Amino acid sequence: MTSTPTTADGPPGAGAADAPAPPEPAGAGRAGRVARYVAGRLTTAAASLAAVVVAGFFLFRILPGDPVRAMTEGREVTAEQREELRRQFGLDEPLWRQFLDYASGLLRLDLGTSFQYREPVAELILDRLGPTVLLAGTGTVVAALLGLFLGARAGWRPGGRGDRVNTAVALFFWSVPTFWLGLLLIVFLASGRGFVPGLFPTGGMVAPGADGALETALSTARHMVLPVTTMVAVIYAQYLMIMRSSLMDEKGADYLTTARAKGLRDTLVRRRHAVPNALLPTVTLVFLNLGQVVSGVILVETVFSWPGLGQLFYSGLRVPDLGLVQGLFVVFAASVILMNLLADLVYPLLDPRVRP
Amino acid sequence: MSAPAGTPGTPQTSGTDRTGGAGGAAPPTPRALARRRRREALRRFAREYARNRAGLIGLAALLAIGALALTAPLFVDQAELTITGAPGAAYQPPSAEYPLGTDNFGRSILDLVVWGSRVSLTVGFLATAVSVVLGTLVGMTAGHFGASGGTAGRIVSSVLMRVTDWFLVLPTLVLAVALAAVLPRGTGTIIIAIGLTVWPATARLVRAQTLAVEARPYVERARALGGGHAHVMAWHVLPNVMPVVLAQTTLLVATSIIAESTLAFLGVGDPTTVSWGGVLEAARNAGAISSGIWWYMVPPGLAIALVALSFTLCGRALESVINPRLREQR
Repeated sequence: MTSTPTTADGPPGAGAADAPAPPEPAGAGRAGRVARYVAGRLTTAAASLAAVVVAGFFLFRILPGDPVRAMTEGREVTAEQREELRRQFGLDEPLWRQFLDYASGLLRLDLGTSFQYREPVAELILDRLGPTVLLAGTGTVVAALLGLFLGARAGWRPGGRGDRVNTAVALFFWSVPTFWLGLLLIVFLASGRGFVPGLFPTGGMVAPGADGALETALSTARHMVLPVTTMVAVIYAQYLMIMRSSLMDEKGADYLTTARAKGLRDTLVRRRHAVPNALLPTVTLVFLNLGQVVSGVILVETVFSWPGLGQLFYSGLRVPDLGLVQGLFVVFAASVILMNLLADLVYPLLDPRVRP
Repeated sequence: MSAPAGTPGTPQTSGTDRTGGAGGAAPPTPRALARRRRREALRRFAREYARNRAGLIGLAALLAIGALALTAPLFVDQAELTITGAPGAAYQPPSAEYPLGTDNFGRSILDLVVWGSRVSLTVGFLATAVSVVLGTLVGMTAGHFGASGGTAGRIVSSVLMRVTDWFLVLPTLVLAVALAAVLPRGTGTIIIAIGLTVWPATARLVRAQTLAVEARPYVERARALGGGHAHVMAWHVLPNVMPVVLAQTTLLVATSIIAESTLAFLGVGDPTTVSWGGVLEAARNAGAISSGIWWYMVPPGLAIALVALSFTLCGRALESVINPRLREQR
């Protein structure tokens, strides 16, 4: 939700790395520089993770004032029950003690206990991880491919008809709330009450009666059509915009003139020369936008009752089950930070210009 | 990002001598000259903007929706928006009396959508204000002290940018929902939750612009004449950063309105007000989705999309006026 697809002025993550490398030849200094680069990125990621841990504690233990009251809001509870809950969650201890317990628990991958399910949060998350990875992964890959393909077309002839239509459609989907698009798809394609019979299931991941690997896979695929469509429609716009502006930046480059002077056809110039170079800055931005994929997956899972982390998050919000929400907050934030670290480490392998 | 300052079509509000020629008493005083120059710049700006058809359409749509939201109390009876005062029967399809049908309590959907625009627009504007002020402060401080603050300034600047990057990477929705869930329910909470999560993009933009402005000679001149940090930032940097911020603000309102409806849909909104997201949440909880009651959920979502799209169109038009690089490609 943060960045708009219209303003893409270079990969912010690569800011530190795109200083031109000193002209000295590869040798002993090279290994040192690579080690320094990797160490720097690891330190940054570790600091970010530490900040997430502190933020999780601050958000859910200090900000609400009394977590027990927040947990039991809207329910009748006696003073003893409240005391019992407070003891159970260790809230009667001093704050620094609570923080130490929480932080050392995190190191042991203990994310606390869910108030609602009466189970360790880490186990709940592990159970639901698979479906989310399946949905988010498929959605991201399809959206990235579609967005990059259309963006390359649009950016090659900016202002042309293809560009105008593509940009308009992408902007429209960008302006539509994710969850509403999902609801629309359900009403018109799944509820069976609209203008077409129910083509797809309204929610869930597998039909109850499915058995056997093939049948389960087919049923899952059928259940995935609408959620994936929703995710793709909402997030492909940013990939399109990024690719479009990245390609427009490459358009004036001398090597394209050379390619044209060689007599290459226009499509070949685009495909073989312009697009590969324009793809590079796009890679970083695709990883930077993973936070938005997380946002999208929460909404899509909620709308389609997909049994993943997003739906778990929603169920934690409804109760409210702050232990569960806290655990998921830490996991979502940590996974995005780790993916960004991965992008930082992989990017120099792809683009020799930014190698340390 | 090329520097917009000094290009044709940019409102040149800065650099006009508010500090220098205070003593001039000749017929066209410096102040009058500055005012005239500003008026001309504004006219040029309007002319450039008017060339962008999509931007004009967006602006017209926004004016119409704004007028509708402001005059809503004239033709929507608030009593009919309560569950007990609902005028019709439940789930009536669109008819002459209820152009968009009724909800599960018998309230007119049209009235709900019109009334909902008030909350959605208010939250959108206020959350944007919070995040723009925050983003501008952080971005300008980081840019200014990074460029001319010595060692301590560079440390402050890099710490600020680290914090910004941290917020930029975090999943916005998760943070906003968490904030909205732990703070007491209410419209104020929603505004704070959105405002505190969408500012980093503005901060980055403003920092880049600040760095470009700081490299200009007139900033050096101001500093040589004894201008302190506050003076340079307020009188020289801020006016030149404003155009970029303005375009970003317009785009952020769209983001904020979508964020508001999302929070309301996830059930962390203010349950006592009627907002577009709230209507959609009610539609889902009432089971209107699986029973195919399309008139309950199409209008509020369409309203969100229309407003968000209008703001986006305006923002892009402003951007293309301010940033000549974009304009030439149009």
